[in-house]
Amino acid sequence: FRSSAGRLDGKLREKTLTLDTLNPQVKAVEYAVRGPIVIKAGEIERYLEEGGTKPFSEVIKANIGDAHAMGQKPITFLRQVVALCTFPELMDSPSFPEDAKRRARRILQGCGGHSLGSYSASPGVECIRKDIAAYIEQRDEGVPSDWENIYLTTGASDGIMTILRLLVSGKDSSRTGVMIPIPQYPLYSAAISEMDAVQVNYYLDEDNCWALDINELHRSYQAAKQHCQPRVICIINPGNPTGQVQSKKCIEEVLHFAYEENLFVMSDEVYQDNVYAPDCQFHSFKKVLYEMGPEYFNSVELVSFHSTSKGYTGECGFRGGYMEVINMDPEVKAQLVKLLSVRLCPPLAGQAAMDVIVNPPQPEEHTFKQFHQEKSSVLGALAEKAKLTEKILNAVPGIKCNPVQGAMYAFPRIFIPPKAVEEAKALGMQPDMLYCLRLLEETGICVVPGSGFGQKDGTYHFRMTILPSIEKLKVLLGKVRDFHIGFLKEYSGLE
Amino acid sequence: MSISECTMCLLSISEDQNRVLLNFSPLPSLSSPHRNRSAFPAAQGEHLHQKMSENGALPLRGKVLTVDTMNANVKKVDYAVRGPIVQRAVQIEKELKEGVKKPFEEVIKANIGDAHAMGQRPITFFRQVMALCTYPQLLDDNKFPEDAKNRARRILQSCGGNSIGAYTTSQGIDCVRHDVANYIQRRDGGIPSDPDNIYLTTGASDGIVTILKLLTAGEGRTRTGVMISIPQYPLYSASIAELGAVQINYYLNEEKCWSLDISELQRSLQAAREHCDPRVLCIINPGNPTGQVQSRQCIEDVIRFAVKENLFLMADEVYQDNVYAEGCEFHSFKKVLFEMGPEYSSKVELASFHSTSKCYMGECGFRGGYMEVINMDPEVKAQLTKLVSVRLCPPAPGQALMDLVVNSPQPGEPSYQTFIKERTDVLSALAEKAKLTEEILNTVPGISCNPVQGAMYSFPRITLPERAINEAKAKGQAPDMFYCMKLLEETGICLVPGSGFGQREGTYHFRMTILPPTDKLKIMLNKLKEFHQKFTQQYS
Repeated sequence: FRSSAGRLDGKLREKTLTLDTLNPQVKAVEYAVRGPIVIKAGEIERYLEEGGTKPFSEVIKANIGDAHAMGQKPITFLRQVVALCTFPELMDSPSFPEDAKRRARRILQGCGGHSLGSYSASPGVECIRKDIAAYIEQRDEGVPSDWENIYLTTGASDGIMTILRLLVSGKDSSRTGVMIPIPQYPLYSAAISEMDAVQVNYYLDEDNCWALDINELHRSYQAAKQHCQPRVICIINPGNPTGQVQSKKCIEEVLHFAYEENLFVMSDEVYQDNVYAPDCQFHSFKKVLYEMGPEYFNSVELVSFHSTSKGYTGECGFRGGYMEVINMDPEVKAQLVKLLSVRLCPPLAGQAAMDVIVNPPQPEEHTFKQFHQEKSSVLGALAEKAKLTEKILNAVPGIKCNPVQGAMYAFPRIFIPPKAVEEAKALGMQPDMLYCLRLLEETGICVVPGSGFGQKDGTYHFRMTILPSIEKLKVLLGKVRDFHIGFLKEYSGLE
Repeated sequence: MSISECTMCLLSISEDQNRVLLNFSPLPSLSSPHRNRSAFPAAQGEHLHQKMSENGALPLRGKVLTVDTMNANVKKVDYAVRGPIVQRAVQIEKELKEGVKKPFEEVIKANIGDAHAMGQRPITFFRQVMALCTYPQLLDDNKFPEDAKNRARRILQSCGGNSIGAYTTSQGIDCVRHDVANYIQRRDGGIPSDPDNIYLTTGASDGIVTILKLLTAGEGRTRTGVMISIPQYPLYSASIAELGAVQINYYLNEEKCWSLDISELQRSLQAAREHCDPRVLCIINPGNPTGQVQSRQCIEDVIRFAVKENLFLMADEVYQDNVYAEGCEFHSFKKVLFEMGPEYSSKVELASFHSTSKCYMGECGFRGGYMEVINMDPEVKAQLTKLVSVRLCPPAPGQALMDLVVNSPQPGEPSYQTFIKERTDVLSALAEKAKLTEEILNTVPGISCNPVQGAMYSFPRITLPERAINEAKAKGQAPDMFYCMKLLEETGICLVPGSGFGQREGTYHFRMTILPPTDKLKIMLNKLKEFHQKFTQQYS
C-alpha cells in the first residue's frame, strides 16, 4: 500500500523510480572513462561551439581509445567489404576489388536471405565463426581451435559481461569473487558492481613496468578467501590502462596459479596487435596453456576476448568482437547460448568487420599491398607515439611514466603536492580528479584520473591515449608539461 | 613449500610438458578423479594433497563453472523464440544438406520476425545511405542520389573524426537523437519531444532490459514486480528471470480479440501485492505474439490505472507501422498521455521503445533502436546515462539506420518515389498476408485464429486431443511443444509453441510469422492444415 499511502497523506504523487528506489547495484556502478570529467569536457565543447572563450580553442579527448575520432583513417579493404555487404548492388561496380567482393559474397551467403539485415544465429554467422577459428589456429601456430567454441559479441565488453554473469552466484562468503588487476579497465569493476559480485584486487607492480607478480596473486587470493569465494581471474594483456605486455613465463605462472586454485580464467586480449616495444611479443593465453601440456589444456576453463575496436582497425562504432571458450562445461555452454539468444544476435555489420580482421588480404591477393601498407602505417605511427609519450612525460619533474609496451595508453604516475591533496580532500574529490579537472579547464585536454582505474593508496596517475596525430600529441604533451610545472609551483609555494 | 618454490617446479617442467604433449593422445579424461599427475615432481603432489585435505574436498579439480555453481537466475531464463524447437530446426537443415531424406525439402522458419531472412528486400535508400556512411569514397559516385549523399554527410559530420567507426556518445549520436525527437513530434501531432529524453539502443531489447534493470530493487515482499501481458514476448519473462524480479501476469482476453481488460489488470495487481512490490507495467502495442492493436480508449484506461497505482509504464511500440486491420490505428502512449492533460502528462513515468527491426524495413541485423523516457527523475536519468556508458555505445550503423527510419525521403527529394513504392509494397503485402493467414487458419476444424490486426504474427488457438495431451505429458513436454515438434519433423515448418509465450491453462496455441512470401505462405498454411487434420485423427 506504499503508493496509496502517499496519496492519503495528501502529498504529490512521488515518482515510481527515484535514486532511493533505484536498483542499488546500478547505483554502485562507476565508469570513469566516460565519467564526470568526460561530461565536463562535453560541456566545455558545447560552450566553445556557442562562441564561449577559454584559454584554448579545442578540447582534445585523450580519455578514450577511439582511434577514428582522433583522425585515424579506416582500413580501406575493411570498409569496402562492409559497404559491399550493406549495398550488394555495388558488386557490379568496377571500382571495388575482386578480393573484397569475394569476401562480401561469402559473408552474405552466410546471412539469412543473403542480407545483413537479417538476424544471425545468436552465437554469430557460422562462416565468420569458422574464419575466426582458422585465424586463432594460425595465430597460435597450429593449436587447434573449434569454431563451435567461438561466439561473436557486441564489442568485447558484451562478452566479458556475459561470462561474468554466468559466474556470479552464491551469498555472503560463498559469493563469487572476481580477481582483477589494479589498475584495471573500469568495465570490470562496473560489471562486478552491477552484478553484485565481490571485487578482488591484485596490484600490478609499477616499479617493475606494471608486471604481474605471482606472489601478489597469492596474497590477494588468500585475503579474499576470508570473505568470498574467488572463482575467476581476469587478465588484460596487453594491459589497459598500464600498457605492459606479459611475458610467456608470467602467463605460465598465472595459468598454473589458476589451475592450482581452481579459477576460471578470463583473458582480455583486445590489444593483441598493439605491441610496440621491440623486446616484447604477444602470447595468447590459449597458446601458452596448450604448450603447458594436456594436464592444463584439458582442464583450465579459459575465455579469451577480441574486438574490432582496437588493433590497427580501430573500428569502435561497429561494436564487433568475439570470445573463444575453452573447457566450458557443455551444460553451461547450452546455458550461455540460451542467454545470448535473448538478445537475439550481435550487430551483423560488426560481425562482418570482425571477419575482415581475421581474414585479411593474403600476399597473393591484389589488395594485399595497400592493406599491408595501411596496417603498417597505423601500427608504425602508434609505436612512434608510444615512445614519444614516454620520453616527453619522463622529462617532466614529478611525472614518471613506464614504457608503453603495448595497447593505446600511457598511465604515468604524477606527484601531487600535499597542499593540492588537502584541497582536493576538502572538496570531497580524489586528488587526481582535481588535477585532471584543472588540466581540462586550463588546457582543454581530457584525460582520466588514475582513481578511476584503481591505484595503490597514496599514488596518483592519469590515463591518456597515445592516439592523437604526432603533431597534436606533441602539442598535447607540451601542454601537459607546462600545466604540471605550473601546478607544482602553485601548490608547493615555490613561486 | 613456499610459493616461489612451487612456481619454480612448474617452470622447470614446462618444457618437458611440451614433449609430453606429443605422446599424450588421446588426452586424459577431464572428469577422471585420478588424473595423471606424473609430470609433476613428488613434492608437488604432496603439496596438492595437503591443500585438499585442508579443504576436506575430494582430490579432484572439477570445473569452476557448472550448472550447479552458475548464476541461478540465468538458469531460470527461458527464451522460446530461439528455444529447443529452433535448435532442432537448425539440425534438420544440416541433415537435409547432408542428403538425409525427409518428407519435405526445406525448413521454413516461421518462428521469428526476421523479414529479410524470409526474402523481403531492404529499402534501397536506407542501404544506399548506409553504404555511403561505411565507405565515404562513394560520395563521389554519381550513381548515388543526392538525398542519400546529404543524409550520409550529415550523419558522418556528427560522428567523431567523421567516421562511423568512432564511438558515439553513450546516449547516441546527437543529430540522430534530434531527428528521433522531431519524428516523434510529427507522429504525435506536435506534442513536443526533447532530444535529451532520447536514448539510442542496441535493438529495442537492449533498451527494455536496461530500464528493467534500473527498476529492479528490494528483497522479499518489497522486490520489484513487473506486470506483463500473457501471452507476452518472452524477452520480458527472460529479463525478469535474469534480474531476479517478480513476474506478474495479466491475461489478455482471447475472446475479445486479445484486448486488454482493466479489471484483469486490477485483479493481477491485487494478487501480486501479497508477495511483491508491483512497480512496472509493460504493454506491447501492437501486440506480440497476439497481433491486437490497442484502442485509444484502452490506452487511456491503462494510463489512468498506472497513475492510480503508481506504476512506471513501459510501452513496447516496435510494431507501430504494422497496422493492417481496417478501423485500427496506432496510438502512441506518449500522445494519449499528453492529450489527457498535464495532470497525467506531468506525472506518469513512461519509457517507449522503437526499433529498426520491424515495420516495413525489417533491418534486424543492424540492431538499431531507441527509447524515449518521459518524467524520469533527473537523478535517475543521470544513473541511466552512467549505466549505458559502461557498454560505450550502441552500434553506429544501427544508429544511422534508425536516423533514416525517422528521417525518410520527403516529397520532392529524388528518392521519394522509389522509397514510397518500396514501403507501400511491403506493408500492403503484409496486410494481405495477415488477412490470408487468418482466413485459411479459421477454415481448419480445431484451429481458431483472431484477426491479425497488426505486428507480424498470428497466434491461433489449437484444440489438441486428450490422447495427444497425455502422450506429451508422459514425455514431460508441454502439449503444444509436442505438437510443434511433430509439425517440424513432418513438414519442416518451424513455429513456436504457445507455452513459450504463456497462455491460459488448458489452452494451446502456436505463434507463426506472416512473413514468408504469399505463395510460400499459402503452401505453408495448407501443409499446416493437413498436418492438423492428420494429427487430430491420429490422436482421436
